[in-house]
Order: sequence, then C-alpha cells, then structure tokens
Amino acid sequence: MALIAQKQKPGRPPAATPRKRANRSRRLYPYLLIAPAAILTLVFLVYPVGSVFYYSLQHSNVTQPWDDGFAGFENFIAMGSDPLFWRSLSFTAQWVVVEVGLQFVFGLALALLINKSFIGRGLARSLVFSPWAVSGILTTTIWILIYNPSTGVGRYLADMGIGEYGVSLLAGSDTTFWALVLAEMWKGIPFFAILILADLQSVSLELYESADVDGAGTWRKFVSITWPHIRQAVVVATLLRAVWEFNNVDLLYTLTGGGPASSTTTLPLYVAQTAIHDRDFGYGSALTVVAFLILTFFSLVYLRITKSKEDDK
Amino acid sequence: MTSLLPKAHAAGRAIAPEPIPARPISKLKARQRRIDRVLTYVPLALFLIFTLVPFYWMLLFAFRPTGSTSLVPWPITFEHFETVWNGSGFGIYFKNSLFVAVMSLLCSTVIALLGGYALARFRFRGKTLFLVAMLCTQFVPGAMMLIPLFEIFNAVGLTNSLWSLIISDTVFHLPLSLILMSGFIRNVPVELEEAAWVDGCTRIQAFRLVVLPLLKPGIVAVGSFAFISAWNNFLFAIMFISSQDQFTVPVGLSYLLGEFGADFGALAAGGVIAIIPVVLLFAYVQKFLVQGLSAGAVKG
Repeated sequence: MALIAQKQKPGRPPAATPRKRANRSRRLYPYLLIAPAAILTLVFLVYPVGSVFYYSLQHSNVTQPWDDGFAGFENFIAMGSDPLFWRSLSFTAQWVVVEVGLQFVFGLALALLINKSFIGRGLARSLVFSPWAVSGILTTTIWILIYNPSTGVGRYLADMGIGEYGVSLLAGSDTTFWALVLAEMWKGIPFFAILILADLQSVSLELYESADVDGAGTWRKFVSITWPHIRQAVVVATLLRAVWEFNNVDLLYTLTGGGPASSTTTLPLYVAQTAIHDRDFGYGSALTVVAFLILTFFSLVYLRITKSKEDDK
Repeated sequence: MTSLLPKAHAAGRAIAPEPIPARPISKLKARQRRIDRVLTYVPLALFLIFTLVPFYWMLLFAFRPTGSTSLVPWPITFEHFETVWNGSGFGIYFKNSLFVAVMSLLCSTVIALLGGYALARFRFRGKTLFLVAMLCTQFVPGAMMLIPLFEIFNAVGLTNSLWSLIISDTVFHLPLSLILMSGFIRNVPVELEEAAWVDGCTRIQAFRLVVLPLLKPGIVAVGSFAFISAWNNFLFAIMFISSQDQFTVPVGLSYLLGEFGADFGALAAGGVIAIIPVVLLFAYVQKFLVQGLSAGAVKG
C-alpha cells in the first residue's frame, strides 16, 4: 500500500530538444504509456462495475420480465428478510476469518522454517510452495479423490483399523466445513509463506548476531527483530488474502456447490446463484454492492488499525 | 556421497546466526544445535507430507490401472491419459489453454511495462484516481462481472472466442501486474537512466538498454503470475465459452468432475495434465518470485 503514496521525482527529458516541445511531450508521455491499461480498465472493469451499481437499483429478472424497471432501494430492503443472505454473510465471515487466520499462522511458521539453512532447502521450497500455483478446480479434483469414501485416504485408514468405512466428509454438515478449510489451507499456506519469506530474506543477519552476543533468546529475537521487519508484509498479505478468500468461488462452487443445504454458501457464491442460476440480475447486483461496501469498509478499517500501530512505534 | 553431506551441512549453516568464533563451542551449544536441527526437520517433514500426499494421491490414480487398490502405481499404465487426451478432448483443451495463457502473459507484460513505467517515473494528474479505481475493482466479486462482461463480448462478437478469455484474464490481473511492475521499475535507480540520457540516448533507448536488462526478475515474476492465473481461470472460461472445441483445461476438468463416480482414473489424469505446465513454470520462477518480491515490490 505504501508504494502508492510514494511520489517519484518526475523524469527529465534530454536537454537537447527545445524546451517547449520537451515540456509538452513530458506532459503527454505518462498518459500515452498508461493509455492501454486505462482503456482496458475503463471498458472491462469500470463500466461493468458501474452497470452493477445501476442494476442494483433496478428490478431485472429474466423469469419475471413484467416487473422490470426502477426499484429504488427495494432490492436492498428485500435483503433484510432474506434468510439466505444473512446465512451466507455469516458463513462468509466465518470462512474468511478461519481461513486467513490459519493460513497466516501456518504460513508464518513455514516461512520461518524455510528461511533457515539446511540441506535441500531449494528443493524443499519448490515443493512446499507448489500448491500456490494450483487452480481452484484442480484443488477440488485432488481433494475429491482424497475425501471420496471409496477412493479416499479414509478407506485405507479404515483398512488399517482407523475410523470407519464409507464416511463421506463432504456430506455431513459439521465435517464439510473442516474438509473445505483443509483443502483451501493446502492451497493458501504457500501464499503467505512466499510473501513473508520475501521479507525475511532482507533482514540483516548482523542484527541476529548482535542479538546473540547480547544473549537474546529465540522468542526475544523474533519479537524485536523479525516481527517488526515483516509486519508490513503481513498486513498486505492478510488483506489481499482476505479479499481473495471473500471473493473467490472456484473451490466452494466445485467441491460442495455451496451445500449441503446452502451451509457452505458464501456471499459471492450466493450472488452467482442469484444472478446466473435464478436469473435475478437486479437482486444479484444489489447483493454485489453490499459485498463491495463490506469489503471496502473492512479494508479501510484494517489499514487504519495497522497503520496507527506503526505510528506508535 | 554420504561422507560429503555433513561437510556440506556445516558449510550451509554458515548463513545462520553462529556464535562468534572466539568463543569455544561448549557441550551445551552442541546440544542446542541438535535440538535446533530436530525443530527444523520434524516440522518440515510434516509440511512436506501435507503438501505432497495430495499430489501423490492424484498421481496414484492417474497411473494405476482401474480397479487396483495398490498404494503404488504399479504396474504403471497410461490408459487414463489416452482416455482423456483423445477421448475427452484434453489434447484440444491443452492447446487452447496454452494459447490463452501465453497471450495473456504477453499482453499483461507489455501493458504492465508501459503503465508501470509511467507510474514509477512520472507524476501526473489523475494518477491517484487511476490507482484507486484499479484497487476498487478488486473488491468486486468476479462472479458478478460475468453478466456485464458477457454483454460487452456479445456486442463485439467475441463470445465463444478464446480472445474473450485473454482479454478478461489480462484485465482482471492488470492491477496486480501494474503495481508489481511499477515496484520493480522503481527499484532501478533513476540515475542510471539519467546517465544514459546524458550520453545521448532517447528515453526509449535508455529504457531498452539500461532498464530492461535489470528488470528481468520483475518481468519473469509478472509474466508467470499472468500465465498461471490465465491457465487456472475457471469462472470466465465456463461462462464465456460454449462450444467444446474452444474449451480450456479447467472447463474440461469440471466436466469430468460432473460425471465423477464414473472414472476416477480419467479425472486424475486430467488433473495431471492441468498441473504439468504450471508446476514446471513454477519450479523455474520460484526463486525469481521470492527475490522479486523481496526487492521491495510489496513493501514499496
């Protein structure tokens, strides 16, 4: 985040050209350079987002075309009495907090571990980081093979006398949540580990050496040297990951489809079902606007909290 | 070989905080080090098991004959690969996915280089607005963009075309590519460029000759991020593409999943096909990734 606020000295064009022309080209240069990105963003991101906001104030439902037209805030008011909305909202909160919390704890542990030097470190890094690059649908493929009662790990454990045969982890509502959490953690831990490791590597080793001379223990070194150094990266990583876990539907959509009985439906998954499956685009848009506002509010609060901590230092 | 290992180990440890040489290594220190080693290898082994068993499980099903319950894929068989590559059309999907991912990589890298340079080296009106707009779009669930995007592609006649995927993958990834790339460019000292200008280079020459060679880790990181996210994209691919000869690998996988219960071997083989390019690329860029990020792209 800090990099956005950081201002750079404007570049100077070669002194040889006449000053006036140089001035004009200097002013035009950045706009020309940014144009492809800006145009693509405008057409394919800003316009669709704008149309979502527009439709949130409309009745627009393919299955009830006679109702189409301006709705005011009716879509938003309807949410108040929509049990699925509240349920998906609370599940989203639970999902994001559990996932980001666990991924952060294990990701930090993994980063600290893999920053030590040992034989085969390069290979170990490549291996433990690799799930990061795996897609949501491929994660589903892999974990379906593992969770399935007839092909999965459970069957072999049952062969050895651990547990029972025929237990479907994705069908019981209490086991489904943790089965999902585990699959998502498998993919998410490397993300934290990579970002934190990147920062760990820039900690000067002399700091640790002088801490050793002073007789500091492992914990003390972590608190006074490592943590202050990586905190910024942790803030960025947790925020990015929270937004991602909030928004991404690939794994949930393909592994449980939001079930059983909508118990694993996040707000964006509910949006997708409303807008695409039920063809109610007006209500789906209103849900999106709410999701957008929640995320923006959460991000601003989170950045404010973590920033003020830094200033106290 | 085994006799060499302890030595290599000792050499490798030189990076870790060592006691200052003047102090003799006491018995206590040796014990401390042994504990330290256990505390490294045991959790590491657990992490490796957690990471690798799922991969192994997929490989097991992909290379094991149907009906076998053995825990090693032996006798090894390629029948499942033949089934999905020819029978389910993964040969075509693979080609489509590769095209989408490579084109997204090229588009993302070029656009991010241009825009990232502007963000890193110029101050201009509208810059903050541009960045805020970019960041805000990241908060909108991709699921909701589907319908407006579909309408746009429909209007320009790109539905059911791989280009709709290339464009949407590139655009959705653009904020990250841009911010990463501008961080990398900012890390190249502006004085180097200024020196080239003094020597008579134009801005473009200076960029090409001085900045670009130093940007290699950055370009590799941004490009591979773009490749991987385009290769993995599922949501857009399943919504925008309707004819089977334009399917990508994730869409093919989702259809195999849809009929699962039928053929786990084929499903696993499809998964292996989906994972190969990404894992190969990742093994190559992993070092650049960590280096690139630690160069300050994240911290700013």
